[in-house]
Amino acid sequence: MNGASELELAGQVVELVRHLGGPAAQAEAVVTRADLALTRFANSAIHQNVSESTVGVRLRLHIDGRTAAGSGSVITTDGLRALVERTLTAARLCPPDPGWPGLAPPTPAPVAPPVDEATAYAEPDQRADRVGAFVAAAGGLNTAGYCRTAHRSSAFANSAGHSAHGRSAEAAMDGIARRDGADGMARHSADRLSDLDGAELGARAAAKAQAATDPVELPPGRYEVVFEPAAVADLLQNLSWYGFNGKRYAERQSFAEPGAAQFDPSVTLVDDPLGASGLPFDAEGTGRRALTLVEAGTTRAVAHDRRTAAEAGAESTGHAVAGGATWGPMARNLHLSGAVAGPVSAAGRATTGAAAGTVVDGDTAALVAGVRRGLLVSDLWYTRVLDPKSLVVTGLTRNGVWLIEDGTVVRAVRDLRFTESYPRALGPGAVLGLGARPVRQPDRVDGAWWAAPSVRLASWHFTGGASG
Amino acid sequence: MTEFDAATAAVQAALDAGARYADARVMHRRYESMTARNGDVEELTQDESIGLGVRALVGASWGFHAVPDLSDAAARDAGRRATRTAMASARVPGPPVDLVPVEAVTASWASGCQIDPLGVALSDKGDLLVAATRTMAEHGADLAEGLYQIWDTAKWFVSSEGHRIDQRIRECGGGISATSIGDGETQRRSWPSYRGQYGTTGWELVESLDLAAHAAQIAEESRALLTAPPCPAGETDLILGDEQLALQIHESVGHAIELDRILGWEAAFAGTSWLDLAQLGSLRYGSELMNITIDPTIPGALGSFGFDDEGSPAVKRDAVRDGRWVGVLAGRDSAAMASLDYGGSVRADGWARLPMVRMTNVGLEPGPHTLEEIIAATDDGVLMDLNRSWSIDDKRLNFQFGCEVGWEIKKGRRGRMLRNPTYTGIGPLFWRSMDMLSGETVPWGTPNCGKGQPGQIGHTGHPAAPARFRNVRVGVSA
Repeated sequence: MNGASELELAGQVVELVRHLGGPAAQAEAVVTRADLALTRFANSAIHQNVSESTVGVRLRLHIDGRTAAGSGSVITTDGLRALVERTLTAARLCPPDPGWPGLAPPTPAPVAPPVDEATAYAEPDQRADRVGAFVAAAGGLNTAGYCRTAHRSSAFANSAGHSAHGRSAEAAMDGIARRDGADGMARHSADRLSDLDGAELGARAAAKAQAATDPVELPPGRYEVVFEPAAVADLLQNLSWYGFNGKRYAERQSFAEPGAAQFDPSVTLVDDPLGASGLPFDAEGTGRRALTLVEAGTTRAVAHDRRTAAEAGAESTGHAVAGGATWGPMARNLHLSGAVAGPVSAAGRATTGAAAGTVVDGDTAALVAGVRRGLLVSDLWYTRVLDPKSLVVTGLTRNGVWLIEDGTVVRAVRDLRFTESYPRALGPGAVLGLGARPVRQPDRVDGAWWAAPSVRLASWHFTGGASG
Repeated sequence: MTEFDAATAAVQAALDAGARYADARVMHRRYESMTARNGDVEELTQDESIGLGVRALVGASWGFHAVPDLSDAAARDAGRRATRTAMASARVPGPPVDLVPVEAVTASWASGCQIDPLGVALSDKGDLLVAATRTMAEHGADLAEGLYQIWDTAKWFVSSEGHRIDQRIRECGGGISATSIGDGETQRRSWPSYRGQYGTTGWELVESLDLAAHAAQIAEESRALLTAPPCPAGETDLILGDEQLALQIHESVGHAIELDRILGWEAAFAGTSWLDLAQLGSLRYGSELMNITIDPTIPGALGSFGFDDEGSPAVKRDAVRDGRWVGVLAGRDSAAMASLDYGGSVRADGWARLPMVRMTNVGLEPGPHTLEEIIAATDDGVLMDLNRSWSIDDKRLNFQFGCEVGWEIKKGRRGRMLRNPTYTGIGPLFWRSMDMLSGETVPWGTPNCGKGQPGQIGHTGHPAAPARFRNVRVGVSA
């Protein structure tokens, strides 16, 4: 195994391209070492417990007007040379690439938050103990979920003389407690494993599960809703991938219209990749910085990589990803700002009786207090886009839905299917309240997260119930 | 040091560290994909990855570790770390773990391949996509896209029970899509499906799709869909084309019969299943026309292999026979827990991932009709095909699917094209309403089945043919 640093390896790849492809060859290389571990539990026991120590090299090069990319996991001298040779061969056989945007110039990378070494090199016992605490705190309910840690050390180099190195570490825990077929959920993402409290999350999930039993079925139709942060995270993810994506915008497949008041004035949405531990550069070496996508309801920007930026006459916003020529640039660290003053006080509106435990924070309680009749939704599931331009999405509720009447959660409801246009649901006049404190939700992959407070929406179109 | 040597070293190190069972997989995968857009190649990627994953069982607890290094020292360290992780699992222990017996064999297997897909000149492959997307653009598509993907995977499996199996599986496929963009929506038509058809075959599969010959028609249809009448809302008889029915099988049967879901192992993420093991052998899943098999032996289908990633040989089994639920997709440990005597459906999507229960080829046996007979027998209904969106609940019951195109069926004839066709229902009720099934079966391949944490992408096959379902709710919209 090659003991060179990531930056040395990236430099070796760029030098090999120069040697084998000639001085005119343009190349960029990203080398990443990763230690990823995930401890998974079900039926209140750890049943899958995995870790991986990996290294990957990604190369993109442009030669004689043609472009190709490749990757490999073999970092011996022979392995790197083979990667360069096959990528050069591929590029020479490709048709011309008139849209090649050139390489990122030498620019200092932004300063990223420090990495918590204890999280980066966490041991399986530490994850197992958090799982044990979650299980114990659920008071005998059946539990399932995971605790994970991730550490990446990544370097970038290109033949324009630009290089950068960065590290990231994160921890996440996501679990459910189950009672009589009803599930309650707790989920959190942090820069430090020590910030994840398994017992607190387990107790929260259990309280919600207890309150989710004996659900009734409600007829489909439009309902006012209060979405908890996990449900709002799904909105942010779909808005990002399909709306604030510079490639889809250029293709006229996006709803986004910069300069237009497309959202409620209470909505301010920022992609903030260094708002938590994260790599300070993207796949093209461009520095990652905060980008305001929506400001007080007005769409301000879409995410760009170098290719989409060149097409749009703009500058890269630092959102290039591997495979981006096909999928487009991605904003993966969205932060929906909370209400400055917070929602209306919930004083005197505490939920008691069978529905106690449904509302886990003051923000959500205050939003619920303002609802005459509506639904409290914990989480959304299996959301899929029916039409990308209008961003009509279908999906289901999951991990708890409750009926709200006169500002109080009165009982659990069976899961519902919805079909809704996300931009329309967040449109001018449609957001009736926001919590004050965004809560960071993990994505399915490390490095991506979605931070949002609870949100109260005027209308959500439920198109089916548990019976069809 | 050979790949078998590395796997053996990892297994031995896991045993030496205290495991009572261990297995290891070395995988070497080459991947190539090319996309084209509006007559130009958009992206060409060639990836190569090699590494080792080792799994250790200590008492009733599993551990897994993966490394990209096949040296003796790295393999042994991976084995020790897998065992140490298994010991950590024991801090939150579960019930005893057994493994159903599988004969320990030394064997080799390779998928069929007439034309090595990685051996076809890149320029030829590029020309194919460029020509097809150019034709679509010339015939009205705002966005003309083409794609092919190739995987060439060699695997070496060793277990502490004595397995020593190597396999080489070549997979490839491709497709084209035309998108037309209107004021407030987009319309898409694809051939043969969105992101294509795939199999464990050589480049001959892509050649057989004849992408260029279908380019003009789908472009014109995507444009025409912008002004087509919307699919009406209500209950009607629904005829599904074979591609959409493959997706229906995947989502509402394939995932539902995964034993790890039934046992609750996926409860927090992929979900559980509405199926109860106590009803295995007696539950009516669908109409008597419904015969679903689990068959990794189908030559060329995407879910085919010689042995799964636990060393179980490929065997054809029934999942649903004459409408009755009779079988599951299982692994050695989940089968033992459910008191079943077979596994055979466990795979990992790469060397860095834990093997888990996955679909192989889960599909419908042919029925007695043809599509034309089904249409002729339908007085009032809608024909839908080519999946556009898919969503189903965590118990695999409540689904809503959208298709690229619908056609009105009136008095036994295919009529107007309909846009934005969707349908929704409850799995077993839907399958019980199937009253006509064609014998025109196609082994559709799905190369993007997500499951597991960390996430894994599975390759599955789904033989399917057109079928009719009665009184289905269609035309759901925002």
